[in-house]
Amino acid sequence: MDKNLNKNDDLIIAGRSFQSRLLIGTGKYNNFEETKAAIDASEANIVTVAIRRINLGQSPDEPSLLEFISPNEFTYLPNTAGCFSSDEAIRTLRLARELLDGHNLVKLEVLGDSDTLFPNVVETIDAAKILVKDGFDVMVYTSDDPIIAKKLEDIGCCAIMPLASLIGSGMGILNPWNLEIIIDKANIPVIVDAGVGTASDATIAMELGCDGILMNTAIASAGNPILMASAMRKAIQSGREAFLARRMDKKLYSASPSSPIKGLIK
Amino acid sequence: MKININGSIKEFKGKKITAEELIIQLKLSGKRFAIEKNGEIISKNYFSSISFEDGDKIEIIGAVGGG
Repeated sequence: MDKNLNKNDDLIIAGRSFQSRLLIGTGKYNNFEETKAAIDASEANIVTVAIRRINLGQSPDEPSLLEFISPNEFTYLPNTAGCFSSDEAIRTLRLARELLDGHNLVKLEVLGDSDTLFPNVVETIDAAKILVKDGFDVMVYTSDDPIIAKKLEDIGCCAIMPLASLIGSGMGILNPWNLEIIIDKANIPVIVDAGVGTASDATIAMELGCDGILMNTAIASAGNPILMASAMRKAIQSGREAFLARRMDKKLYSASPSSPIKGLIK
Repeated sequence: MKININGSIKEFKGKKITAEELIIQLKLSGKRFAIEKNGEIISKNYFSSISFEDGDKIEIIGAVGGG
């Protein structure tokens, strides 16, 4: 962790404190060793995992993700990737909670379309209501609609995770203005989830005032995932510092040179 | 008896099998997973007392890489 950062600048989600504002997915890597190396380079504290049927044909000696990425070292964030209804998402997260011995910090996502992976916000809202009542701390993936974001906060979700662009697209921050509105109106952390493609995308999001960023494809599908994970770590720290430093105003033009006018050689 | 496990029908001898015995037979001992029987989650505390019978539908799930 960079010593120059304010020590009190931890990311707080549902009463839990995290040093890193980079949240990282564990999918799409070539193997578990690469997954672990990328996560280490990213210095992420929170890792997302998907919940799937165990492969019963597998040899008992074959390693599992948990042996490389220990739930004791990282905070697991089970997701509901692949769920297209609120019922499916609720079922998945209840199973995840049992799997992880009562761990209730979860990421809710309900998809509306298998081509675009755009969220179905209606089903998302329905699932969020039930999950919050059931005692989950729900971090919720959603569109960049500020009204939906506020509604999810009012329901009791502990973090809003608006997309910057489509999952896996790497298109970057397509609508910074909606993100700014969401950040402005939110009283809970706003964590950009989906669409980040490279380091500058992450910096831009943090400069807007996002509390954190979740990414997977940007790192796993990079030519050098471990190097990209390191770049993302720095990009997020850099964007965060720039945001806290409060940037100068933009001007179309101004006679405001950085060097003195007095003493010009004539 | 025939039990549907993760979408496939598997045959077992006898009329009942406890969750604990099933886990051993499926070579899942020591692994981390959760079990759902006919849509209901089975707590690990009850693995030795809950049984499965002919016609039951079971899901055994775990954590895998994902975004």
